[in-house]
Amino acid sequence: MKVLKRFYLALILVFLYAPILVMIVQSFNAGKSRAVWEGFSFRWYAELFNTAQIKDALIVTLTVAALATIISTVLGTLAAIGIQAMKARPQTVMLALNNIPLTMPDIVTGISLMLLFIFTGVPRGYVTMLLAHITFDIPYVILSVLPKLKQMNQNSYEAALDLGATPTYALLHVILPEVMPGVITGAMLAFTLSLDDFTISYFTSPTVQNLSTLIYSQSRQGIKLYMYALSALMFVALLVLLLLVNKRSSKAEI
Amino acid sequence: MNDYQMPSWGYWVMGVGLALYLVLLVGYFIKCRGFRRPVFASPYVLWIVIFTVIPVLLVAYFALTDGNGNFTLDNFRDFWDSDYLRRAAISPERAEKLKERGMTLEEYLPPNSSNVDTLIHSIWMAFQCTVICLLLGYPAAHIMADREFKLGATLVVLFMVPMWMNFVLRTYALSELLEEDGLINNILKGVGIGARQLLNTDGAIQLGMVYNYLPFMVFPIYNSLNKMDYKLSEAAMDLGCNKWQTFYKVTLPLSVPGVISGITMVFMPAVTTFAISRMLGGGKTPPLFGDLIEKRFSGSALNWNLGSALSMVMMVLILISLGFLQKADPKGEGGGII
Repeated sequence: MKVLKRFYLALILVFLYAPILVMIVQSFNAGKSRAVWEGFSFRWYAELFNTAQIKDALIVTLTVAALATIISTVLGTLAAIGIQAMKARPQTVMLALNNIPLTMPDIVTGISLMLLFIFTGVPRGYVTMLLAHITFDIPYVILSVLPKLKQMNQNSYEAALDLGATPTYALLHVILPEVMPGVITGAMLAFTLSLDDFTISYFTSPTVQNLSTLIYSQSRQGIKLYMYALSALMFVALLVLLLLVNKRSSKAEI
Repeated sequence: MNDYQMPSWGYWVMGVGLALYLVLLVGYFIKCRGFRRPVFASPYVLWIVIFTVIPVLLVAYFALTDGNGNFTLDNFRDFWDSDYLRRAAISPERAEKLKERGMTLEEYLPPNSSNVDTLIHSIWMAFQCTVICLLLGYPAAHIMADREFKLGATLVVLFMVPMWMNFVLRTYALSELLEEDGLINNILKGVGIGARQLLNTDGAIQLGMVYNYLPFMVFPIYNSLNKMDYKLSEAAMDLGCNKWQTFYKVTLPLSVPGVISGITMVFMPAVTTFAISRMLGGGKTPPLFGDLIEKRFSGSALNWNLGSALSMVMMVLILISLGFLQKADPKGEGGGII
């Protein structure tokens, strides 16, 4: 029974990893054919680094994700603090408003923002993509910060004010340190969501492409073998990141 | 595109509104020497009004007007009336060209281009995907949450790694596997079954959905099983339940919030996707509802008013299914992956 259970989990993992692993192996294939192994080579990696489009898309993806994370974390944390201190009725309204982007399907969010940008005459490109990413990131930041705010002692902020702290000082030195874990969770969530987003970027920025929209548009034009190399590199980067985080957290435990 | 731009007074309203907000904020700051906490939420209120509320109202506005901005319910009629849609799917110039080439519209249009049929097909595909994910994911989550099984936390990370890879890249990888000369067909050939058409079928789309959304089913169920007090099932065993009875009467009911949350997180994206069906179906399968909407906004069959109406239909569908799911888990204990 135990063996059977492990075998089942192994099967599911194989299902999840097989496409990625096949791509990594193929990325070292010297030939163009998927069926024939023509020897080991870094040819596709060289081609990947010589493709300006990919480089541009990578920069767009990373900068949009970073900027969206910073802005949405600041706005979201402030909003969470405000919502937490509200009276019952406005709080319910705010939480309901915050739920709209969370329940709306990606495609509708993307279309509605596209309509907004065209309606207001803002040319769609890098900036609109960034605005859209901030918009779908903030609710997640708020959802990660709110529980931490509920957990902390509600009186400590008032106590700081009574002891002569200005509201800004109390915010930075009393509330913020307490909710920091929630802020970090929210920021990480925002970053990964932004990196992974396809649908909303697709509608809000037809001119400037990030990795998702670039791969999508190229996948329809037939095989680009440097994509294999790209997935291999991304997979390795991910594993390294994971190991680093793991090492840090295990150190922190000691 | 100029037809769709707002009138110039719109800019005045926006500018005056923004200025008013800033003046009020600064005035408040000077008067009270700082902010009370609820004011911290005000930038977000402004943000959500501009980037969520107004866009949704815009979708509603376009859905309820025709090309000239007059009120109409025609867009919703077109949702029901498939004949109209089949004609509207092609622009007049294109229809001319087709005629020159001696093709009729019926030959050119893909099968099943009726909107309602597509919606039903889409729901059916998403439903199948949800059931498959549940059948595959529940046992996996159950095994991982077992107290005897020490690798649960590691496996959660292992399930997450493919998810962190770019969604489009992941789907692309899957399509490479299913290609005519891809790995699976090579194995089939090697075994002697011979190559099959795998890519550009409904099955491929289904596989892509399950592949992408399976972790969304596993995590919430794992979390709810993990949080469960194991003493409860031990008590049931002590009181004479056998393994199956314990599972059926104790474990399963307690994991319902996780299951509900998993169903939500799989069904919602599955019923609205268009990238998966485009990449794995290659336009050779009946379209999904997401495809239909996407085509109205960026494809060959540009029609924002109809597209907005379709989006509204989709939103209503999502709200109805969320309502049903909320009934099954009123306290919302399932939570997400957060």
